[in-house]
Amino acid sequence: MAAKKKRVATIQVPTAPARPGDKPKFAAWTHQPGDLSRPDPLTCTAADTTDHAHGLVRVLDDDAKASGPWNPDLSPDELRTGLEHMVRMRIFDDRMMKMQRTGKLSFYMRSLGEECVAVAQTMALETQDWIFPTYRQPAAQFVRGRDMVSMICHCIGNEKDNILGRQMPVHYSYRTGRYISVSSPVATQFSQAVGVAMASQYKGLDECCITWIGDGASAEGDYHYALNFASVFKPPVILNIVNNQWAISTHANLASGSSNFAARGLSYDVPSIRVDGNDFLALYSVTKWARERAASGAGATHIEVLTYRAGAHSSSDDPSKYRPKDEDEVWPGGDPIERLKAHLISIGKWSEEQQNELEEGIDSEVMAAYKEAVKFGDLANGPYPSSDSIFTEVYEDIPWHLQEQWDEMKRLRGE
Amino acid sequence: MAEMNIVKAVNSALDNMLEKDENVLFFGQDAGYFGGVFGTSEGLQNKFGSHRVFDTPLSEGGIAAIAFGMGINGLRPVAEIQFADYIFPAYDQIVNEIAKVRHRSGGEFWCPVTFRTPAGGGIRGGHHHSQSPESQFTHTPGLKVVYASTPYNAKGLLIAAIECNDPVIVLEPKRCYRGPFYGDPHNVPTWKDHPEAQVPESHYTVEIGKARLALEGHECTVIAWGAMVHVTQAAIRESGISCDLIDLQSLVPWDKEAIEASIEKTGRCVIVHEAPKTSGFGAEMAASIQERCFWSLEAPVNRVTGWDTPFPHTTEWDYMPSPARIAEAIHKTMEE
Repeated sequence: MAAKKKRVATIQVPTAPARPGDKPKFAAWTHQPGDLSRPDPLTCTAADTTDHAHGLVRVLDDDAKASGPWNPDLSPDELRTGLEHMVRMRIFDDRMMKMQRTGKLSFYMRSLGEECVAVAQTMALETQDWIFPTYRQPAAQFVRGRDMVSMICHCIGNEKDNILGRQMPVHYSYRTGRYISVSSPVATQFSQAVGVAMASQYKGLDECCITWIGDGASAEGDYHYALNFASVFKPPVILNIVNNQWAISTHANLASGSSNFAARGLSYDVPSIRVDGNDFLALYSVTKWARERAASGAGATHIEVLTYRAGAHSSSDDPSKYRPKDEDEVWPGGDPIERLKAHLISIGKWSEEQQNELEEGIDSEVMAAYKEAVKFGDLANGPYPSSDSIFTEVYEDIPWHLQEQWDEMKRLRGE
Repeated sequence: MAEMNIVKAVNSALDNMLEKDENVLFFGQDAGYFGGVFGTSEGLQNKFGSHRVFDTPLSEGGIAAIAFGMGINGLRPVAEIQFADYIFPAYDQIVNEIAKVRHRSGGEFWCPVTFRTPAGGGIRGGHHHSQSPESQFTHTPGLKVVYASTPYNAKGLLIAAIECNDPVIVLEPKRCYRGPFYGDPHNVPTWKDHPEAQVPESHYTVEIGKARLALEGHECTVIAWGAMVHVTQAAIRESGISCDLIDLQSLVPWDKEAIEASIEKTGRCVIVHEAPKTSGFGAEMAASIQERCFWSLEAPVNRVTGWDTPFPHTTEWDYMPSPARIAEAIHKTMEE
């Protein structure tokens, strides 16, 4: 028997809190440094992190003063290194975006407003730890010492691109730095990282794997596979969900019916913490804590990194069509570079003059790297990697049918 | 009639069907408020409301699963998968569930769902924004598979798909959204003044299972679909050979009458697609043609396809079949 009609037909579809023309709406943060304890990482259970998952770990307050049990007590040198890498990422992004607009690369994705994520978290790890990034953590490569020229050569797809023009820009691969090849399909790395960590566990090595996923991508099955396998096998993995509010035009409220992402980890019995993602000290500290857990065999940690995607999703996107223009300016977490800079100044270890010098220095560094990289070609003008690169490394050894096709292409090239 | 590009034609088809049938819903990632990353659903949420045109979580498996549920419960869902490359998390739902439910339930349940998805290369999309996965669906009994090439067939096929009581995969050549692509990346015209860009604003269908004769000739039959239809047209001009160019449009089921009649006339056949060669749909066509038309053939059937490699970014023009490669294959077929 068919059911009777109960009420007017409707499917409940959430909309973003603010759209173009609206006033941005962010609830003021009530969380303060010192609100949350720092549990013993080795004995901590998921239940011990209930407050941490529902609250927000902060170290820097609104006046850029550091306090509370999560203060990692970093040296001024370490803080300045963090600042330098974040500034480097921002200036590098600006240069790449300009090159994209002139056709020298096909596409680009900035980390604007989220530079702290990759920098603070990679600095909190050991150099043997694996990094399994999305396209929004390229700054980890700076921390791991990658040569900027080779990064640009990849983005502009020239003959020195280490992945031979096979993938779109920003899809870096940097094995020397244990930075695993980026793939366009979202979320896939999240569950794969658990496998990387299980291999480390099996081999008995002191190494862990850190990975990230966006708020939007956490709606994919891979996010849940990762948490479940991590819960079952307790591998040394650090599972970060970067809640930057937006997945292209999709607001975080479509990724989950709950505005809290961290607490999802509790139901998988994985210790879970929400952290201010634009607070270098807090993010560094929480990651260090998760690394201690990993190293001790205590298992995985789930971290919601609360931040804001200040730029467009990519060079193909225009966010003014779906969100208020000035939303990033009122984000309660502010700007990660400004906050760390203000902190260093407040402790007397930095000045506006030094900041200007740093920015000018990095600007020259980026320009020099750019000039060096374009010597080997760019997407607008070539030369490109040889089209032979289409056929190599599809398999370890080339099978006959592919060899025939390769020979055919060579013949078409007039060889 | 109005002049439309493929983006507008798809939008018009959705508009007509949302208007005509309250059981039609449209959803996908960025497809609601934003109107889709290519703009194919622009304005539709405003017009029909967010309960009929809406954004979904980033979850292709979830999108396909709810489409299944809606479909068996009397709705006619149309789901957008943002890029065909991203359809694979939904593959289990499509292949094992949606395609088989009519059969497995003895006809008690069926699933009139349409998936539309931008496919194919030519936009410097690299491995994961360029693939053309038609054969991964043509190999699945229970699914119908169509591949648009022009504004006119993009609209007509989409409406036919939505009205079809079987699940249909509609592939749209993203390279041709705003203009036909003749194989020269430095010279891409718009659809302006193209005869196939004249599209009725009202409802019409292009029958699933029927091919379109894009060019008429008598020496050789060339079969293509998607963006390759236009590249092949340029190749035929370049070859100087008089060819039937058959835009297959519908891959499952395909138009056996049109293919048989053309090959009986010409005795020669070249098949063109941009997906890799091995197990590509060209293999199915070639095998079927030798079964059905062997005694009409004067020469072996030739295939021009993408290589059996992942789709490259920087060197994509060395991957995609070019007019020169296709023209050479036509000549070879004529000489054999």
